[in-house]
Amino acid sequence: MSARDLWPGLALLALIALLPFVASNTALNFLLSVLIVALAAQGWNILGGYAGQLSFGHAAFFGTGAYATAILQLRFGVNAWIGLAAGIALGALVGWAIGALSFRARLRGSYFALVTLAFAEVLRILANAADVTGGAAGLLIRLSPGVANLQFPSRAVFLWLVAATVAGVLVLTAWIARGRFGAQLVAVRENEDAARALGVDVLGVKLRAIALSGAITAAAGCLYAQNFLYLDANIAYGTWISVEVLIACVLGGAGTVLGPVLGALALHGVGEIAKIALGHIVGPVPGVDLIVFGALLVLAIAFLPRGVMGGLRRLGQGLAR
Amino acid sequence: MSLLRAEHLSRRFGGLLAVDGASLEVPEGGLIGLIGPNGAGKTTLFALVSGFLSPSGGRVQFQGEDVTREPPHRRAALGMARTFQIVQPFAGLSVRENILVGAYLRHARREEAVRVADAVGNEVGLGPMLDQQASALTVAGRKRLELARALATQPKLLLLDEVLAGLNPSEVRDIIPVIRAIRDRGVSILMIEHVMQAVMNLCDHVHVLASGRMIADGPPREVTANPQVIEAYLGHGAAARIAAGGAGA
Repeated sequence: MSARDLWPGLALLALIALLPFVASNTALNFLLSVLIVALAAQGWNILGGYAGQLSFGHAAFFGTGAYATAILQLRFGVNAWIGLAAGIALGALVGWAIGALSFRARLRGSYFALVTLAFAEVLRILANAADVTGGAAGLLIRLSPGVANLQFPSRAVFLWLVAATVAGVLVLTAWIARGRFGAQLVAVRENEDAARALGVDVLGVKLRAIALSGAITAAAGCLYAQNFLYLDANIAYGTWISVEVLIACVLGGAGTVLGPVLGALALHGVGEIAKIALGHIVGPVPGVDLIVFGALLVLAIAFLPRGVMGGLRRLGQGLAR
Repeated sequence: MSLLRAEHLSRRFGGLLAVDGASLEVPEGGLIGLIGPNGAGKTTLFALVSGFLSPSGGRVQFQGEDVTREPPHRRAALGMARTFQIVQPFAGLSVRENILVGAYLRHARREEAVRVADAVGNEVGLGPMLDQQASALTVAGRKRLELARALATQPKLLLLDEVLAGLNPSEVRDIIPVIRAIRDRGVSILMIEHVMQAVMNLCDHVHVLASGRMIADGPPREVTANPQVIEAYLGHGAAARIAAGGAGA
């Protein structure tokens, strides 16, 4: 957990930032989606990876961010950037509220995971029914390109914005992992009683973790809304995002600085390559990327219990020897 | 002045009164032993003192302040640190990172916390193992790690729950001077211990708990000769039989 862990990630993002000069718009759109998932996964990583509180319901934060940005613009005429800030703040608030309810009730492990899933589902059903969220028809953000509206005619600029956000969270994560809060998070993950005996306010640490986690994942939701300019309850609060961030972290290495980003890139990269390659050989195979998702997850759990990052570290130790 | 004063502590688990009106005191700078047969309620009493269990009755005073309702992390912040009878290392972390968690309690900056952690690690004899994974330590190493983590919080009172249990005689011999050195630099200690060699060697004063009640207290030699204490360990009439056997021999 040091600056050394950080450089490969920042280099990778710099490389991605250079891609608009060579890649097609389709490729950029694909990368944008992947980076948004990576950002959401970085949020999950703080709570699930470092603090060890596994959530199946990060859609609750993703959707809150997305809806907050969209609703503030559409219904209240608020500027999109302020909407983004408000979405992040609301994500933190929703995280804190879910944490206060479930951690105070001493829910841990699978019980906590199930409760987060339930919260996300309740929000999805509410968003699907309420008027303010546009009900089942969803919300369409008015297309009006301009920096002030957080909409960019060029895909490249938006990609830079998202990549910079991911880079910012990488730095934040590395900084946390190196300091007191990071040590407390890991102590809570490894052994709550021992942490308590050493003066760690376990409930306080968990609440701060879930608020921060919610804020980061909500930021991903905001950017998602601004990127696609459309959302409905099944997108914003859908289980898909909860599952994707979970798989990205498990595959990349939960509780590592780079894990979520690597995991998201590997997951979607391999899925997409498989789709294109198979498409060339045997014609289009619908859903092949999902089969790849599943296979990757099984392989990761079987052979890389600490994800790609754990595998790389083991490889590094092997080479050093 | 007494640093810790536990007054008439009781704890009931359903129909079982595990600790029944037990009182004890740790004076500033003292090294106090808590002994008693298995199941006497020593660990429960420890949990009451450190805040991991709340008492059904009685109160705990630390530095003259009533801390009966304070949660464990607050008591740690006030200067009370405990170890666990069943060692609880953060298994995924290195020895240094384990101790760091304790050191962060009083040092927010990493550099200072690392300095404290390394110093404490060396003090308990874990110096060469600081970079190892905690899960790779031997039982003796893990006991030292428990001690180091608690010490890293820079406590005024150290509560040691059987830090010597499970160690072989030479390991016990090695760690006794470590504990004495900790006391000598001003940390008061309350220790639960079954290894009588250590109790006789280290403690100024011993409390004996049996079936949740304090049955005796005094200097170690006096207490171990107390007929009530012998009977608590060996059964009713044992003291008389030993006395008779001793006279007959």
